[in-house]
Amino acid sequence: MDARAILREGLLDRNPGLVQLLGLCPLLAVSNSLANALGLGLATLGVLIVSNLVAALAGPYLPREVRLAVFVIVIAAAVTSVELAMAAWWPGLHDSLGIFLPLIITNCLVLARAESFASRQPLSSALLDGMAMGTGFLVALLLLGTVRELLGSGSLGVGLEMLLGPEFAGAGWQLFPQSNGLLLALLPPGAFVLLGLLLALGNWRAAARKHVAAEPAGVTDTAA
Amino acid sequence: MDTRSPDSATRRALRAAAVLAVAAACAVGLVAVVHELATPRIVDVQRARRVAQLTAVMGNIAYDNDPLSDIVSVHDPELLGSEEPLVAHRVRRGGEAVAVLVNAVAPDGYAGPIRLIVAVDAQGRLLGVRVVEHRETPCLGDLIDERRSDWIHGFDGRSLGDPPVARWQVRKDGGDFDQFTGATITPRVIVRAVRGVLEYVARHHDELFGAAPAPGGPGTP
Repeated sequence: MDARAILREGLLDRNPGLVQLLGLCPLLAVSNSLANALGLGLATLGVLIVSNLVAALAGPYLPREVRLAVFVIVIAAAVTSVELAMAAWWPGLHDSLGIFLPLIITNCLVLARAESFASRQPLSSALLDGMAMGTGFLVALLLLGTVRELLGSGSLGVGLEMLLGPEFAGAGWQLFPQSNGLLLALLPPGAFVLLGLLLALGNWRAAARKHVAAEPAGVTDTAA
Repeated sequence: MDTRSPDSATRRALRAAAVLAVAAACAVGLVAVVHELATPRIVDVQRARRVAQLTAVMGNIAYDNDPLSDIVSVHDPELLGSEEPLVAHRVRRGGEAVAVLVNAVAPDGYAGPIRLIVAVDAQGRLLGVRVVEHRETPCLGDLIDERRSDWIHGFDGRSLGDPPVARWQVRKDGGDFDQFTGATITPRVIVRAVRGVLEYVARHHDELFGAAPAPGGPGTP
């Protein structure tokens, strides 16, 4: 597969959050603010790159029987390392992501990319795929995080200093008082509604394009 | 083929087991290294956070001991809301206890237990209250959080006689403390928990504001 196709799949056509609907649990739970979304998105991106790297390097040499088990161990080690590092250097973010940080281990996106793509591809493709899929997930998180924070809290980027350091304290904009915000947007049901709207938008776009091109194309691949 | 097959199957299994073992060893090694690097930072961060938390609760009273290590165990399921023993920190100036910071639980919050720290001075007045852990509804119950609203400062300076014990309630129940629009349960259980701490401190005043521990000695009786 060429680089363009890999990037296009990860970011758009098979975006893990918005098309494949993988990792919905953290996607919906953590995307209540831009800062949280960015933190979890970057952590997932990092883990995905590491696990794809290891899968591409070691995959061909692993006995079939234990290949999945080895990937799970690698992913668990990578996530645990990320979690420890975050607790040490980004404690505020570590607190606000809570249980969803260690739960990256169970994000089927990470295991799926390692097993079904990276272990069968050359290193460069696997790395690119990790970046593309991770960025696709990050974009989905940021999209939901931006809209939910705007609607629910009336702000954007509040709490980013947890990620960027104390010198950014007070960063972010408060557009209107939180008490006027739409509470639903901050709660899980609101996240589902919003995700549904985003999916509808994506399908509408794809359908319109299909209509123009008048050619059958797999658009809504809701595998897994 | 037939004669070799069991042998080769065993070899395959052994090889798979060896690969798995090596992978596990590498993973454990990686985590151990990161753990070594991160642990000192994590200990510092947690300590700094707890000091900041305690300092915030007691406002700006002067003290010269280390409240984190000058601790006493408190246990009263009825007044402090926890079956488990909790920790109270003594705050001293010149060896004399000027305040005590009591960890307490409001066990019946709208979405599970709410953990509090309550700072009480030697005269039984509240220096401050902070919610340290809760899962109340955003924008409704979470106004008890100091970062969300200043409701929690309504306790500052209050004591068991101010207001009278009977008025240690939210307004809806005939008391002196505000509830929130759409959320009565959360403020109600917080008011009850704070009153519980005040009663506990009143009953155990001598033991909580006791003498300074021997220098270098343990802080608990």
